[in-house]
Amino acid sequence: MSSSDIAVSARGVSKSYNIVHNERATTLGESIVSKLKNPLKRVQKETFWALKDINFDIPKGDVVGIVGRNGAGKSTLLKVLSRITAPTTGEIVVRGRVGSLLEVGTGFHPELTGRENIYLNGAILGMKSFEIERRFDEIVDFSGVEQFLDTPVKRYSSGMYVRLAFSVAAHLDPEVMIVDEVLAVGDSDFQRKCMGKMQDVAKGGKTILFVSHNMHSVKTLCKSALMLQRGQMKGFGPVDEIVDQYVNMMENDTIDLSDHEGRKGTGLLRITGAKPIQQIFESADSKEFEIQIEKFSDRARDFSLNFAIRAENVGTITYFETAWNNQMLPAQDTQTVKVSIPKLWLRPGKYQVYLYLKSGDDLIDAVEPSCQFEVSSVLPYAGTNIIPQTIYGPVLSEFTVTQI
Amino acid sequence: MSTQHEIVTVIRPISKWEVLNFRQILAFRDLLMALGKRDIKLRYRQTALGVLWVVFQPIITAGIFSVVFGQIAGLKAPPGVPYFLFALAGTLGWNIFSNTLNKASTSLVQNSALVSKVYFPKVIVPISAVFSSLVDFAVAFVLFVIMVPVFGLHFTWQFLLFPVWILVILLGSVGLGLYTSALMVTYRDVQYIVPVFLNLLMYISPIAYSWSSVPAKLQPLMSINPLSGIFEGFRWSLLGQGTISASSVAYSVVVCVVMFVVGALMFGKVERRFADVI
Repeated sequence: MSSSDIAVSARGVSKSYNIVHNERATTLGESIVSKLKNPLKRVQKETFWALKDINFDIPKGDVVGIVGRNGAGKSTLLKVLSRITAPTTGEIVVRGRVGSLLEVGTGFHPELTGRENIYLNGAILGMKSFEIERRFDEIVDFSGVEQFLDTPVKRYSSGMYVRLAFSVAAHLDPEVMIVDEVLAVGDSDFQRKCMGKMQDVAKGGKTILFVSHNMHSVKTLCKSALMLQRGQMKGFGPVDEIVDQYVNMMENDTIDLSDHEGRKGTGLLRITGAKPIQQIFESADSKEFEIQIEKFSDRARDFSLNFAIRAENVGTITYFETAWNNQMLPAQDTQTVKVSIPKLWLRPGKYQVYLYLKSGDDLIDAVEPSCQFEVSSVLPYAGTNIIPQTIYGPVLSEFTVTQI
Repeated sequence: MSTQHEIVTVIRPISKWEVLNFRQILAFRDLLMALGKRDIKLRYRQTALGVLWVVFQPIITAGIFSVVFGQIAGLKAPPGVPYFLFALAGTLGWNIFSNTLNKASTSLVQNSALVSKVYFPKVIVPISAVFSSLVDFAVAFVLFVIMVPVFGLHFTWQFLLFPVWILVILLGSVGLGLYTSALMVTYRDVQYIVPVFLNLLMYISPIAYSWSSVPAKLQPLMSINPLSGIFEGFRWSLLGQGTISASSVAYSVVVCVVMFVVGALMFGKVERRFADVI
């Protein structure tokens, strides 16, 4: 393949950030004072590599999914490719006009009308005014907000806002399109429309780089995929292969429980393994876990297994003890128990499982956390795919409303 | 078509010698216009009296100056020129400088979402501040042009030079604006320093008073201020009265050009780091 058939070529691309420990000066005063106090002291810095030695060639017309868990460097890679931030080392060659869409509606101004925002946002995304002019009707059509074109967007519903913003970006018409997880917004109808638009763009021979956590859309849209893990490239190849690799990695993502030195409790019994039966649940799925327990002393008696699900920033979502059901587990040499929680609709997000073994008042073992799992952004409701804000509570509910 | 004029972009690490990319700035000129238009629309839409404020502000300022400096302090305008009109001419020139610098210096921080989420030459953001301060000037200038015959003055040939003076004022204020806006990305306290600096600068520049009313022993000290010449010159151009010193104008012009070049060089050097810092 000659180099002119390559749309994006990356050689040894790395990006590091300095994490400054102790005080970091954000005002001139602080900076001057600390320099005066300790003129020779170097600020303690730790270098964090968000991307490390990334190499790839993406042929023209390829649609590439970028997968990896949170913090793997996906967004940083997109930012480097779209020239928002500079790489620390390496070189990238991009052939063709680049359009990037890292966030829907960047630069929208609430006081301006829909019409004015189309022109402004188009210009921000790099469109020439004549291009916006030419595609104006298409953009408005696609968004479906023509009645409100002359209303300030602060009066728009969030759905309308997102639709208009995506419509502008979708008509950008670049040769290389870089898209972050922006399709995870809007109602399901509009999402389908967006996916359709992306497929049209892909069929038109454009090169697309597309970040998503949704393996279904990656598989639908992409021919190949690239997997990142802790800033490093762990795979680049046909989409099915890479998605399998990703799912595998997520499943093997267990916390090592075999080393129980220094854990709390009497240690007569120890939890030596814990994992969810699938790494990603849907909200309405029954959440099921397998837990291995080993006996380390003959003095061990029957015990209760206590189970908590926690989320960062929220705290404990739910907690229960097998003793509450009058169920005491017998102390066996090794055993595997299955915990099923059929009716707990969690919000999309990441969760940790905390486990405790107790006999009477004695704490035998505690693992905080023992394993983690994710709840996907597929909501259990027919009419919406917009994830409710956290102020609406940590769990979702199954409900029916009937007329009586 | 695309194969013939294919754009090839090479992305490299930040080097020691980063400079502004003029081809990119040119390619994004429509964004410059769009941001300028946005600022103007917002400015005139969100206020009840809109355009009236833009007219009131310099009139009130010039009114206060003519009372405080003309009446109370008893300073003199050039012969034949009412103090009010004299102060208004000074205020118009000053407002271009201070509005541009004020808006440019805060522009990057105010548009931080753009800076960290979209690619475009960042220099467009502070430069777009020029539009709204020029529109403000134009509105107040119309009023000034009406007032000149009302106060019994005539337009002279110097009047036609006013765009040149504006250009020099803009070079200086945009240059400083580029510098301060880039500095503010890292150090937010620049936003408190700029207004204090502007306040000081206004009183040490011949805006409310004329150069000739400065006591002789203070004049060497005052002439250090590189902006004196340009504000004197701007007013001389609008009123066609009084005299200006060629050396102080030359000094002003050179400093303004240097400020612009230094601001642009410095901005270009740090531009690519903004998204990581802001």
